[in-house]
Amino acid sequence: MSLLEHRWSRSNFAGLGVAALAACGLLACTPHPAVAATLVLYSGQHEQTVNMLVSAFEKKTGIGVKVHSGDGPEVAAQIIQEGTASPADVFFTENSPEIAMLAEKGLLAKVDPSTLAEIPSKYNAPDGTWVGVLARENVLAYNPSMIAASALPASLMDLAKPKWKGKIAIAPSDNDFLPLVNAVVVTHGKAAALAWLKGLKANAKIYDDDEGVVAAVNRGAVATGIINNYYWARLQQELGKAKTHSDIYHFSHGDVGGLINISGAGVLKTSKDPKDAQRFLAFLVSAPAQKMLADTPVTFEYPLRPGIAPNPVLKPFNELQPPAISVSQLGDDASVVTLLHEAGLL
Amino acid sequence: MRWANARPPLLLLGAAAVGAFLVLLPIGLTILRATEVSGGQAAHFLLRPLVGTLLLNTVCLTAVSSALAIVVGTGAAWFVERTRLPGRQAWAVLLAVPLAIPSFITSYAWISISPALEGFAGAVLVVTCAYYPLLYLPVAASLRNLDPALEDSARALGCGPVVCFVRVVLPQLHPALLGGTLLVALNVLTEFGAFALLRFRTFTTEIYIEYRASFDGATGSLLASILIVLCLFCLMAELRIRGSARYGRIGRGVRRPASLHELGQIKWVVVALLAALVVVTTGMPLITTLYWMTQHGAAAITPAEVSPALLTAATLSSLGYGLGGTLIAMVLAIPIGFLATRYRGRTVTLVERTSYLTQGMPGIVIALAMVFLTVHYLHPLYQSSALLILVYGIQFLSLAVVGVRAALAHAQLGLEEAARSLGLNVFQVAYRVMLPLAGPGLGAAAAMVFIAVVTELTATLLLAPIGTQTLATQVWADTSTLAFAAAAPYAAIMMALSLTASWLLARQFGQSRVGDPAQSHQPSQISDRTAPVA
Repeated sequence: MSLLEHRWSRSNFAGLGVAALAACGLLACTPHPAVAATLVLYSGQHEQTVNMLVSAFEKKTGIGVKVHSGDGPEVAAQIIQEGTASPADVFFTENSPEIAMLAEKGLLAKVDPSTLAEIPSKYNAPDGTWVGVLARENVLAYNPSMIAASALPASLMDLAKPKWKGKIAIAPSDNDFLPLVNAVVVTHGKAAALAWLKGLKANAKIYDDDEGVVAAVNRGAVATGIINNYYWARLQQELGKAKTHSDIYHFSHGDVGGLINISGAGVLKTSKDPKDAQRFLAFLVSAPAQKMLADTPVTFEYPLRPGIAPNPVLKPFNELQPPAISVSQLGDDASVVTLLHEAGLL
Repeated sequence: MRWANARPPLLLLGAAAVGAFLVLLPIGLTILRATEVSGGQAAHFLLRPLVGTLLLNTVCLTAVSSALAIVVGTGAAWFVERTRLPGRQAWAVLLAVPLAIPSFITSYAWISISPALEGFAGAVLVVTCAYYPLLYLPVAASLRNLDPALEDSARALGCGPVVCFVRVVLPQLHPALLGGTLLVALNVLTEFGAFALLRFRTFTTEIYIEYRASFDGATGSLLASILIVLCLFCLMAELRIRGSARYGRIGRGVRRPASLHELGQIKWVVVALLAALVVVTTGMPLITTLYWMTQHGAAAITPAEVSPALLTAATLSSLGYGLGGTLIAMVLAIPIGFLATRYRGRTVTLVERTSYLTQGMPGIVIALAMVFLTVHYLHPLYQSSALLILVYGIQFLSLAVVGVRAALAHAQLGLEEAARSLGLNVFQVAYRVMLPLAGPGLGAAAAMVFIAVVTELTATLLLAPIGTQTLATQVWADTSTLAFAAAAPYAAIMMALSLTASWLLARQFGQSRVGDPAQSHQPSQISDRTAPVA
């Protein structure tokens, strides 16, 4: 009935003691996974993609990999803050600007030339500090029951016009949005980019991430949404064709909206095991790994190694008409967050 | 009870001060970081329309869900405490169960069945479901302790039952209602996981977005500082209400228990309503989780796959961290509790009050401050299990102190002195007198902290060592990519742990009792409690 009337025997304390010991025991064993970990991978890529790659790598080489996952900009900033004490050996990211930032800060070692040679040089860091692994395309998801394909805009920039009020969804806090804004800055200048963002702010329904945007378009909460193609393909995979009520529209003729994001990987200068780290990079661009990424219904990105056909649900890579922006022009996107603040989107 | 005039021994004071220092550390670090941002930049950052939106979101959510919780909580409490409702004892327990379900699991349950619940509507629903017991419990306790003589007088003077409730009962419930509302507000301010899943933007989710964009950027600390001020305001107001507002009664005579109203025809309507409430608040998370467990999760959206090995590993690490965090919280809390029950003075009050601040400290703020501290200055602790356990200890210190204080208050000084005079040394006294008396309470405090740690999400998310997955981080990873089926087994184990621990706690240490005329609330006799000593 009350705390007071409970008889508290000494065996209870023995129990507490055992529990405390158990706590220490559990903690001693939990942080160590079954494989003896030697490599530490800091990843801004999707966990399901990374899990698949890591287990294939572990199986092939016997080298264990511990993964720290987060958002690209967060993980990159984390590496910078950790400085020379960073436990990271490899950084693998979803979009090039984050890894370009690490390269600019001089934190990345040179990638083995043989690894770089596997991928067309325009998708690698110009200074050879990181290698391109996968690519994804920026697209506009739309709900055909709410808007006709013919009414879709020729340019990404049109979406800031008043006639798109309430008809567009964006996810400014998703790290996939930053490179796109950066591309607008590169192609149209900062002032135009800010005006565009302010127009979007007036027009758009705001979601947390691309998953939220594509789901909203699919269920008819909003007519269109700016996403990476990956998310739509994944939603279709999850729901099946019957429940997919949306489609994707590719910006063409080199419009900035069709930007291709490069997912890259690099080895930290401070890596304690650079040899195995380079091996991991070589594995990422190897034919078996790239083929595995193309074939599984887990990831929907374009493998960058020539001669590997992407997942058939994707539009063939050579049919895309992306803007002519190189990875070095895109650079890092450090200034974009300020711009988003200024526009009131973040 | 207290050594009113004695000064506390320095060793004890020092031990208690460790806890207080650890509480102040993240607050200080956050404010220090915030001042790194230049004035102009800070003004630019804080005067953004977004900050206004966040404030408005938070205030509106608190207002609407508190109003709903007041109606639901008060209504339920009145029927359970004051009417001849069938199964009152059972209802009293069932209505408190949502407190043992992590609110981000409730959030998961709703959002997984309908994405339309994103945003404000979903947030109101989840907050009301998860936190209405914060109003139900104090209101029920107040109703139990009201002197029915006032109501009898009002009725005798011609007030109808409704008028009597509005003019006599309701004003007496005022402190409970206001205190409960502030607790709801405090929870709304500090909650992170539930709102992140619902895509509802509040200060905590925005701080997380800043973190995702810049790891430990100073701008996040600016938002965190505002959040700390808001939380402390609610906390102070709540403490003040709890401390001062009492409706006095002259004389300490025996109070007649309230007579119970007959419900007559509407009895089954009320039962149906309460059943609906239980289904919505408790049944819904359980049923949805079970439903998702029968579904196949598509690999495309599943970051944290499900396998017996992964489930076991996540469960073990959750349990391990739960026990470790509990241990630290108790070690920090016991000196504070001892100090607070045995000594007086300004320092004692200061140390004790400081420990209560953690109740209003969002996990994300503590975690970010500790990331900053360790990455720059205490690198050996960075990304270590020890740091995460320490943060749990800080986060749930107030919970532990409340429990420890209550437990030690039962170990009366007189008994201790008697034991000493009969020749026992300090250790013998501690083992043979103090522990048997305070043990149950200490056990209850530890159990409460354990439940809180096992269901903790935010700090775990930011501080879990590389490669460590707990039940909470797995649910988070899966639900943020909408992989609800994959999240279900982790969510189910987490709920099972929390509900089992709560149930054991309730069964072992006290039952939610409803006002029963036959029961007296007198403390039990000393002879009864000293039995194990003999």
